[in-house]
Amino acid sequence: MSTPESLRYAATHEWARKDDDGTVVVGITDFAQDQLGDVVFVELPEVGRKVVKGDTLAVIESVKTASDIYAPVSGEVVAVNDALDAKPETINESPYEDGWLFAIAPSNEAEYDELLDAQGYAATLDEG
Amino acid sequence: MADFPLIYERSRPGRRGAQPPRPREFDVAAALGEENLRTEAPRLPEVSELDLVRHFTQLAHRQFSIDANFYPLGSCTMKYNPKVNEEAARLFQDLHPYQAPETAQGALQLMYELQADLCAITGMDAFSLQPAAGAHGELAGVLMIRAYHESRGEGEQRRVVLVPDSAHGTNPATAAMAGYEVREVPTDATGEVDLAAFQAAIGPDVAAVMLTNPNTLGLFERRILELARVAHEAGALLYYDGANLNAILGRVRPGDMGFDVVHLNLHKTFTTPHGGGGPGTGPVGVKAHLAEFLPVPVIAKRGEEYLADVDRPRSIGRLRSHFGNFGNLVRAYTYIRALGREGLRQVSGYAVLNANYLRVRLKELGFRVPFDRVNMHEFVAQPPEGLKTLDVAKALLDHGMHPMTVYFPLTVKEAMMIEPTETESLETLDAYVEALRQVLERAAADPDYLKGAPYETPVRRLDEVKAARQPVLRYRFPEPADGA
Amino acid sequence: MRYHPHTPEDERRALETIGVGSIRELFDDLPAELRDPEVDLPPGMDEAALLDHVRRLAARNETRGPDFLGGGVRRHFIPSVTPHLALQSEFVTAYTPYQPEVSQGILQATFEYQTMMCELTGLDVSNASMYDGASAAAEAALLAVRHTRRERVIVSRGVHPETREVIATYLRPLGVRLDVAELSPLTTAEPNLGDDVAGVIVQQPNFLGYLEDMRRLTDAAHAAGALMVAVVDPLSLALLAPPGQYGADVAVGDGQTLGNPASFGGPAFGFMVVREELLRQFPGRIVGETTDVDGRRAFVLTLQAREQHIRRSKAKSNICTNHQLTALMATVNVGALGPEGLREVALGSVERAHALAARLEAAGYAPLTGARFFAEFVLPVALPAEELRSALARRGVHAGVPVPAEYGLGDAVVLAATERVSDDDMEALVAALDEVGAQRRPAVARG
Repeated sequence: MSTPESLRYAATHEWARKDDDGTVVVGITDFAQDQLGDVVFVELPEVGRKVVKGDTLAVIESVKTASDIYAPVSGEVVAVNDALDAKPETINESPYEDGWLFAIAPSNEAEYDELLDAQGYAATLDEG
Repeated sequence: MADFPLIYERSRPGRRGAQPPRPREFDVAAALGEENLRTEAPRLPEVSELDLVRHFTQLAHRQFSIDANFYPLGSCTMKYNPKVNEEAARLFQDLHPYQAPETAQGALQLMYELQADLCAITGMDAFSLQPAAGAHGELAGVLMIRAYHESRGEGEQRRVVLVPDSAHGTNPATAAMAGYEVREVPTDATGEVDLAAFQAAIGPDVAAVMLTNPNTLGLFERRILELARVAHEAGALLYYDGANLNAILGRVRPGDMGFDVVHLNLHKTFTTPHGGGGPGTGPVGVKAHLAEFLPVPVIAKRGEEYLADVDRPRSIGRLRSHFGNFGNLVRAYTYIRALGREGLRQVSGYAVLNANYLRVRLKELGFRVPFDRVNMHEFVAQPPEGLKTLDVAKALLDHGMHPMTVYFPLTVKEAMMIEPTETESLETLDAYVEALRQVLERAAADPDYLKGAPYETPVRRLDEVKAARQPVLRYRFPEPADGA
Repeated sequence: MRYHPHTPEDERRALETIGVGSIRELFDDLPAELRDPEVDLPPGMDEAALLDHVRRLAARNETRGPDFLGGGVRRHFIPSVTPHLALQSEFVTAYTPYQPEVSQGILQATFEYQTMMCELTGLDVSNASMYDGASAAAEAALLAVRHTRRERVIVSRGVHPETREVIATYLRPLGVRLDVAELSPLTTAEPNLGDDVAGVIVQQPNFLGYLEDMRRLTDAAHAAGALMVAVVDPLSLALLAPPGQYGADVAVGDGQTLGNPASFGGPAFGFMVVREELLRQFPGRIVGETTDVDGRRAFVLTLQAREQHIRRSKAKSNICTNHQLTALMATVNVGALGPEGLREVALGSVERAHALAARLEAAGYAPLTGARFFAEFVLPVALPAEELRSALARRGVHAGVPVPAEYGLGDAVVLAATERVSDDDMEALVAALDEVGAQRRPAVARG
């Protein structure tokens, strides 16, 4: 399972990446997409939605399960990956790049720093 | 090999089957108003009666059923559906729900007696036969619990329903529909509700605890009296999911165990047919302190007259139209009267005997049994290490047997839940074990074999991912040719 | 009667394999003080005695005689081939088609049912059926609330009173407000719309039998940002404009008139058909088309992630079963009649109902014909409706579904006619009405 060093993580299997303009882009990890199996549908939030860290923002469905995806930071949703509508399997194929889910303009800078780093996340997988 | 045709593909313009009474001359546009008529005819199949018969008879041949195949689905109680029940139901099928009640006294009496029979069997004080399914009965039950707490001024305070982590999905879904928050209680290593965790989870914010006994692992909750005491002391009510009643018929009653509300599945315990997915029936029973909240109507008797009582001001209201799935009520009534007190007790005895027999034989074969002790009417197993439940299940189809329930309960990895029921003979159970033995042998010799199973069925493994990603949910009629 | 096969030898062999001495021992986990309770049931019966017993109960019912009962349930012509095919044991004793390889019979029949319901209603996606029309309407109200995230629902008084009660039962625990749009006097007037309305629910034809202006009501609902839910009689859709034609978002109703016996009110089935964009909010089972590993077309339960066994507390509904067998009965029946036959049943019912209204007028009665009606209409009468119904029943005529007081029409009944009503039946009804003095006298005494 790949766990890129450059990203941050939540124990609930979301990754986060802070872009140059400060936006936090979010997706699910390689481990998570493997657990879910073939993704058939993604329910994404509306752009403009205000969120608090921990809110359920998206739902990813496979044939046999559905998984809630939580906001790793608080703020406002500024972008969602509409391409997933037609090709939900992108999450399986490219979980860290093309399979991104949504982007948040953070309201609390400290929250991003509180997220796990790659080692911290990998450790939770060992315990799990 | 061409695809099996849809009825739309057998359709030819101008063909027709049955002839209803011919309507007389009538200007329907004048009567209904041109603006109210449909402008495009619905595309319905045009087939002769013989083509209709061929189609649905051949479709029936592409279908497993209890009458032809062993169906040991855990938690479904796929027992034999007696044919005398069908004959009984036919005697009542032309009754109209709005005909004068004096002309339907037989039907009302049957329902009244069934209410009483279900009280006797479960140890409850009153029943409503209205709910159309187990999940519907659950909704009735949880809404009554809500009404009870509201009547005592504790509605706002009690917002939580406790559910074991092994519970059937309808339990938390129902609680959410009734406006409650769901809190899960873990199962301990013995497969029963973790008492310490339960005590920690219970509190003045809990409205109800939803349990089934035996639980979804097929194990009897030995501490049920303690669980009931703890719940009641905290002011919470106890709800019984009756899906597993087949295990305890005549042996112990949910009412005596301390449950305040009970729902039954007539299509499980009481042989009303599953029909390929329904209709079921889920009557709900209560102790006296909840009777005023029962959904309307409740069938009552005044003197010698039977009637539908709708004058119940504290009722939670109506859950569906008319009286309920009446045809199934007749079937269940007939079954209960056929068996009587002693017969029902034998049901649980042989159901539990068959399940334990199968558990021991499967263990001999190499299946893992996580809770290896005397179980009730069903038990949970896992395939030998390295084999997937899904593959074993698909391979069984080639032996003409329906697989067990797979991947439920969620708390056991690669779970297989098996419930033979009391109507199966030991030879059938032995044949099942033999089929599984052959599956295991095949898997050992040729590991890829199972992954491709089934091979002998009308269709083989399906692309369920495609079905979900590109949903095609109705027939796509061919476009008319250009110029049409 | 017993249905278990075990002989004493079977029992002995099984116990030996398990390693216990008696069946009783298998119940040792049960609390000792609660074991083997008294169960107050009569002893069992053999099959002959059982049927005698049930026949005696059935003999206390009466269904013969001219039939004018409606109120959403009607006893239309059902050809013999319908139950013959629908009640084959493979359909009756099958389980839910979770193993599709051995369930293509049920799955394909359901796919055909879904197609049929889309054609009749003119909408895009049907589920595999629900319990009944009333609970389907309640689920539609919940869908509207989920989709719009608004908290008020408007229902016309023209929607069947029992359906309105069920909608209220479902909405109450979620704190959603339910308002009633009044009739004036036989069809829906202006609903009290606003930007807090999730859905508007109107029945066509309405409970009293009359035709609503569905286009006007749909446009008004949409202008307020609400969904339009049409509660429809599926048989009427052989003639009437379907929900898709006037732009409704959801169609629900009861399928009994499509080919199930009345059966004292159940089981029949409910249906729900929606526009494409509501698919993800849609409750209930759905069957989809796909292929197997060899490329054969096949059918399978799909989009299950919406349902209770996966989503649990976040499911769109707690619904688990559908009404598969009775929905199948309707599918077979529509196939047996074909579009022409279905149209003839609908047309026959409309013609007979209008003929009945004319016959009653000729006999001095005043059925309400001020608004267009389908196969049912209101007859004001001179005595309380339930009394009238009983009096007619004593004279061998089944008629007189009571009109509840909430409609403000005084003592009145709903009369229905199906294609099976004969001229002699109508004469019998008129004669019986005359005998019991059902005709309302004019308000002013004759001079």
